[in-house]
Amino acid sequence: MLNVDIETCIGCKICERVCPFAAIIVEPETKKAKVLEGCTLCGTCVGACPVNALSIERKAVSEEEIALYKNVFIWGEWEKKEEKKVIKNVVIELLGKGKELAEKLDESLAVVLPGNEVGHLVPELFHHGADKVYLCEHELLENYSTDGYTSVIASVIASEKPSIVLYGATPNGRDLAPRIAGRLALGLTADCTGLDINDSRQLVQTRPAFGGNIMASILSPYTRPQMSSVRPNVFPKPEADVSKKGVLEEVEVTLKPVSIRTKIIEEIVSHEESINIEEANILVSAGRGVGSKDNLQYIEELAEAVNGTVSGSRPLVDLGWLPHPQQVGQSGKTVAPTLYIALGISGAVQHLVGMTSSDTIVAINKDKEAPIFEVADFGIVGDIFEIIPEFVKIVKEEQTKNIK
Amino acid sequence: MRIIILVKQVPEADKVAVDPETGTLIREGVASILNPYCEYALDQAAKLKEDNPELNIEVTAISMGPPQAKIALLRCLELGADKAYLLSDRKFAGSDVWATSTAIKEGIVGLEPNFDLILAGKQAIDGDTAQVPAETAEQLGVPQITYGVDVVINNKRVEVKRETETGYQILSTKMPALVTMSKGSNIRRIPSMQDVLEARKKLLKVVSANDLNIEESKVGLSASPTQVDKIFAPPSKSGGQIIDGSDPKAAARKLFDYLKENKFLRV
Repeated sequence: MLNVDIETCIGCKICERVCPFAAIIVEPETKKAKVLEGCTLCGTCVGACPVNALSIERKAVSEEEIALYKNVFIWGEWEKKEEKKVIKNVVIELLGKGKELAEKLDESLAVVLPGNEVGHLVPELFHHGADKVYLCEHELLENYSTDGYTSVIASVIASEKPSIVLYGATPNGRDLAPRIAGRLALGLTADCTGLDINDSRQLVQTRPAFGGNIMASILSPYTRPQMSSVRPNVFPKPEADVSKKGVLEEVEVTLKPVSIRTKIIEEIVSHEESINIEEANILVSAGRGVGSKDNLQYIEELAEAVNGTVSGSRPLVDLGWLPHPQQVGQSGKTVAPTLYIALGISGAVQHLVGMTSSDTIVAINKDKEAPIFEVADFGIVGDIFEIIPEFVKIVKEEQTKNIK
Repeated sequence: MRIIILVKQVPEADKVAVDPETGTLIREGVASILNPYCEYALDQAAKLKEDNPELNIEVTAISMGPPQAKIALLRCLELGADKAYLLSDRKFAGSDVWATSTAIKEGIVGLEPNFDLILAGKQAIDGDTAQVPAETAEQLGVPQITYGVDVVINNKRVEVKRETETGYQILSTKMPALVTMSKGSNIRRIPSMQDVLEARKKLLKVVSANDLNIEESKVGLSASPTQVDKIFAPPSKSGGQIIDGSDPKAAARKLFDYLKENKFLRV
């Protein structure tokens, strides 16, 4: 509840001006602040009130209890690549960030690794900063399942009491993390783009909201562990140190087939499987401006000329012109290639949040007001169908010149 | 057979912005809409109805939100839901994912306990967390399948085509279950005049925390493990050079030079 101390309120309207949700007004008749329906208890007005007339009732719990929770945990997600199980890149990225958080807290960093025959992945986790790995092997963990993985990870968390747990915001990570949060009645902040420790040793979780138009920093003050998910390509990968070793703890897993209620009937790998846009160095991305599916050949020609991989914005995937694994943006993948070429993409915020971490951004668009130009390092206001063929011609000419 | 659709009313996200000077949301003229992914879930439910007439499928839309979210539920009724409930109460204010899913779970248990299938959008376009459906499934104790694009009912089971990072998988689980929907072949339907008129005859009820016997301590801010510390404008990236492309040849040459200079081209 947001409370207004009517006696103290001077009707200065500062709260009205600072409220991000237009949920507090100063009534003209009473000249006192009044809280409206839209209030989300974000606390902005409380800090702004010059006479401390506003307060939020929050639940208090003991600091002693919170102090029992120690160490940073990461879910060690792996994937099958040509029948081999490999650690996902996002886990390595989280190890880098997790180490930083653990050092600030003077705590240690551990990976919870559920799977079947995944012991060979352990050294790589140590090399990238893990102090400890909880290896949870069971034949029923051969494939990801919501039930199996939730049960194993939730029981490790419950017994080991970490202060922080991080998940990669992959499709399976976003399936798993809220399930665990639901089981343990914990807070969970999705798709964090920043993680830090404040003076009260709390995890400060920063994330975009409203399609990236605003940023919010979020705390879990009264519950432990604090849990966050982070998209791939948000944090840099740490360097490996092959001399590093850690503690391996094998966790005994008891699972019965009946406890995994969802069965996999079939896996369908689309033919674009060889292209993981999250790992591509150069992405050539098409937007609504391509106009038709046939016109994608322009995009492909340019991609070939620069040795890039084709990706696209949501409208193209919605129209069925591109398969969803190639979608960049908030409802698709977050990418951070060294070069991102945006063709006919206006740059809706949902798209921008998925690609602004790219090292270099090039954009071609007819509309000089297109938001994509605000993030572009190099932009051309022009027609992609005129410029691409000219560009491809130049590349070919230069290549022939060099061969001669 | 009973299907529940969980829906959310959202602002048209890309129109909300932060005033960089005051740090407040600029929301003038921003319309509220039914979250597009919820419309895909509604489309899926409509298809299930069409494909399985023998199952007598009844669709109930449930949302939590302020009183004006009734408009989003009315849209659900226009798009084929048979009845709708809005969980709306000051006590729900400040609810995070956990507290929201608690309220929705209590709503389902109180209003539609004998459901077979819950469909939800994979995420809402304002918060984009994709967390409420999974936490609701966990609180209800039913299995979940996320990122579905196609749902088939097969006896007591539901078969779902699910998006993965490299393609799709077909998953099957026993009902009752919860499935979240992505786009796939689903569409945002446009209701006919008749749909609009009929929707107004259907049940649309606002339900309070008291109606559901939800204790105040279980919902709202005080029951929320996460709390917003502050809200601010995202750091803006300074723009680079923008050139005129009315001469395609010259522009293509400049692009070539730029990429070559920055060592992106192997020529």
